[in-house]
Amino acid sequence: MSFPWAKHYEPKAPLMKWVDERLPLPRFVYNAVGAGYPVPRNLNYFWNFGVLAGVALMCQIVTGIVLAMHYAANGAIAFDSVEHIMRDVNFGWLIRYAHANGASMFLLVVYIHIGRGLYYGSYKAPREMIWLLGVVIFLLMMATAFMGYVLPWGQMSFWGAQVITGFFSAIPLVGEPIRVWLLGGYAPDDAALNRFFSLHYLLPFVTLGVIILHVWALHIPGSNNPTGVEVKGEQDTVPFHPYYTAKDGFGIGVFMLIYCAFIFFMPNALGHPDNYIPANPLSTPAHIVPEWYFLPFYAILKSFTFNFLWIDAKLWGVLAMFGSILLLFFLPWLDTSPVRSANYRPTYRIFLIVLLIDVLVLGYVGGAEPTARNVIIGQIASIYYFAHFLIILPIVAATERPRPLPNSITEAVLGKHGGGHASGAIAGSALPAE
Amino acid sequence: MASVDTPIAAGDGTGPHGAEGDYRRRDFLSIAAVAFGGIGVAGVLVPLVSQMAPSADVLADSTTELDLSAIAPGQAIKSTFRKQPLFVRNLTPEEIAEANKVPVSSLRDPETLAQRTKEGHSNWLVTLGVCTHLGCVPLGAGEGEVKGEYGGYFCPCHGSVYDTAARIRKGPAPKNLTVPPYKFSTPTTIVIG
Amino acid sequence: MVRYIAGLVGVGFVAALLFALVGSISGLFNDPQPESAAATLYKHPKELELESNGFMGKIDVAAAQRGFQVYKEVCSNCHSLKHVTFRDLRKIGYTEAEVKKIAADWGTKQQVQDPKTGDRSERANVPADHFPAVYYPGQGNPPDLSLITKARHDGPAYVYSLLTGYAEQTPELLAKHPDAKTPDGLYYNPYFPNLNIAMPPPLAQDGQVTYADGTKSTVAQNAKDVAAFLVWTAEPELNERHGLGLAVLGFLLVATLLAYGAYQSIWRNVKH
Repeated sequence: MSFPWAKHYEPKAPLMKWVDERLPLPRFVYNAVGAGYPVPRNLNYFWNFGVLAGVALMCQIVTGIVLAMHYAANGAIAFDSVEHIMRDVNFGWLIRYAHANGASMFLLVVYIHIGRGLYYGSYKAPREMIWLLGVVIFLLMMATAFMGYVLPWGQMSFWGAQVITGFFSAIPLVGEPIRVWLLGGYAPDDAALNRFFSLHYLLPFVTLGVIILHVWALHIPGSNNPTGVEVKGEQDTVPFHPYYTAKDGFGIGVFMLIYCAFIFFMPNALGHPDNYIPANPLSTPAHIVPEWYFLPFYAILKSFTFNFLWIDAKLWGVLAMFGSILLLFFLPWLDTSPVRSANYRPTYRIFLIVLLIDVLVLGYVGGAEPTARNVIIGQIASIYYFAHFLIILPIVAATERPRPLPNSITEAVLGKHGGGHASGAIAGSALPAE
Repeated sequence: MASVDTPIAAGDGTGPHGAEGDYRRRDFLSIAAVAFGGIGVAGVLVPLVSQMAPSADVLADSTTELDLSAIAPGQAIKSTFRKQPLFVRNLTPEEIAEANKVPVSSLRDPETLAQRTKEGHSNWLVTLGVCTHLGCVPLGAGEGEVKGEYGGYFCPCHGSVYDTAARIRKGPAPKNLTVPPYKFSTPTTIVIG
Repeated sequence: MVRYIAGLVGVGFVAALLFALVGSISGLFNDPQPESAAATLYKHPKELELESNGFMGKIDVAAAQRGFQVYKEVCSNCHSLKHVTFRDLRKIGYTEAEVKKIAADWGTKQQVQDPKTGDRSERANVPADHFPAVYYPGQGNPPDLSLITKARHDGPAYVYSLLTGYAEQTPELLAKHPDAKTPDGLYYNPYFPNLNIAMPPPLAQDGQVTYADGTKSTVAQNAKDVAAFLVWTAEPELNERHGLGLAVLGFLLVATLLAYGAYQSIWRNVKH
């Protein structure tokens, strides 16, 4: 779209010509994902995860709509309706397991996608808007996943809803009224279940809308690439089709293999057995834990164990948990280094690897028993998380010495292949006479 | 084109079959991969379409047992069978005679009373209470309900009139009221379905 | 500007965490939590080998039928099986006639209420019915067993270990953990997370159930078979799931290899 050498849509088939003259949809598709969209030639497999996230969303929408044909959002029969799906509906077990494991796959893919953004500086100018929209998508996904998990109305569904809505009561003065308003009652019950079902159906389509903006914003500057050096000329790019359609096709195959391995052979591995017990408001489970994708944030929440200054521990925990996600919005302005890719920022790279380990440790602590030892580990890990984004990043950006960048993508690519005879044919960005 | 790429037409034989072989292998693999993808999509459609078909609990054999001893001659009751209305009528000898008088060939849906009842129980008329026109529940089974000019059932929606053997005589309905599968387990009980 | 505010916020969170960390560490040394009895005495489930274990596991129909017999004669007195219908028993090898008889003979009848008079009465079960609810007025809440092997970690092994795990509390044990003494009305079972369970040992001796297929009936055999049966009640789709899974993964493997080949051949002459 933004590159002058992008190919133009020239429909050969008369049908396509007829449609395109009346509704320029074929041309739009061609320019967005077809041969008319130039993409850097050096993208690695970490660039597959955006499309995989889109595929995961489609799977969730399709399986979700189908499940909604059989599910009943009423406290008395919700759990039974899910068992009806599992036992009586034709292929109901397949669709239910696909939806439950699809949520995990969707979040796994999105976490890797975010990790790519952090490592290669995809959030930096001129791509800040893509990043901001992405954080919005992430928040919508978390809300959708939380509400979806409540719907089967198992023990974890109910108690998870109890805990998460309990956060709001931490807000001074208005907290408790807000919590009661959200629930439509004093504890999760039919009112909450019904409205969660309604919103769980709605939010994925809102997410879809934001994704359209996210991809639109991407197509203005075009994709980032592993060197972080902007596209300089035609030889830096290849058309999206067939090069990246083929690569994405392969990526989708690998994704489906992993997804189906879970659905058919380990469908409950990522879930919690307690959710096969019907919700009982009078009996709290031994350990209330959210699904794995929320564990790091849960660990941060639980790390604030003492009142500090005028704010009590519970409020600190809630503020920190939301803060840990909201700080992502400010990342483009926290990390002011002009170098994008961590491949050329050795100091920053080390801290990023520590962050990855830190998030995995937080995840472990979030799901583990709250022994004194685990609480201490969680507190140290939470310290690092906030320090990384809010203190370390700005300092590193201002003081580090980055490695010298290649002049262009082409130079980096040829450098990888040992230069050889082709390097003489390339003079920086000069186009050969052809 | 970008000169970073080895020009395919350079004729230096990049593959075992040369440049031509490259295109053929690439096209074959692409077509094969897309074909497999298409089969996969078709395969995914199977459970998605099938899940809308009746589920196992709906299909499960459900039999309705009915005790007829309380129904006097000339009386009828309304019950349900597989979630649909069911009419069970104890025909009087006059009603049986009236039904047998009708020349079968003159009927829109030719059937004799004998064909619509069980042998030895020709006074028991068991039919679904669903008009075969567009599905309304006809009147005539309950106390005091309009029976229509043929003394059977009358559908108020569009005026279909059924006779004492619940056969269509007048109005838009194309077929007689459906007789479900049933049998007499005792002289006074039937098992339907 | 953003960086300064962010820095302040960061310092705030880090300070609150450091404060909490100091508190935790001092608590660790000054006020160490003693290991609870439940933590030391609780035993993880024993190994249980069932034909349904593993990636290509299948429901063992013979074991499931024996397990159903155990459920019927022992467990159904207190435990419901509400998500299972009598007609489902066809899937573990019972014929239609056998299922009709099992349903008709089932001790607990279906409750019926006359819509006109409000009178309640009972009717015999038919195959389409779910196993009727069981109400247990005594101590404890016997859970419904339809999903028990999915509702417990290591479900089948847990069921087997629990049923074979009842033990006496030795004087040494009581000396070390006086707070673990079994209260009246409960029974000591180290495979139960709280150690003392309200369920009396349901399989008290060998030969309690006489198997229709003649298999030797011991407590261990009963427990194993009922575990196999309960795996089926929780996952009736197991066989189909594994079979379809093998076909789907095989198909996807071929499709992905083809896709990889297509990708490689499209990119062959393009430097990247």
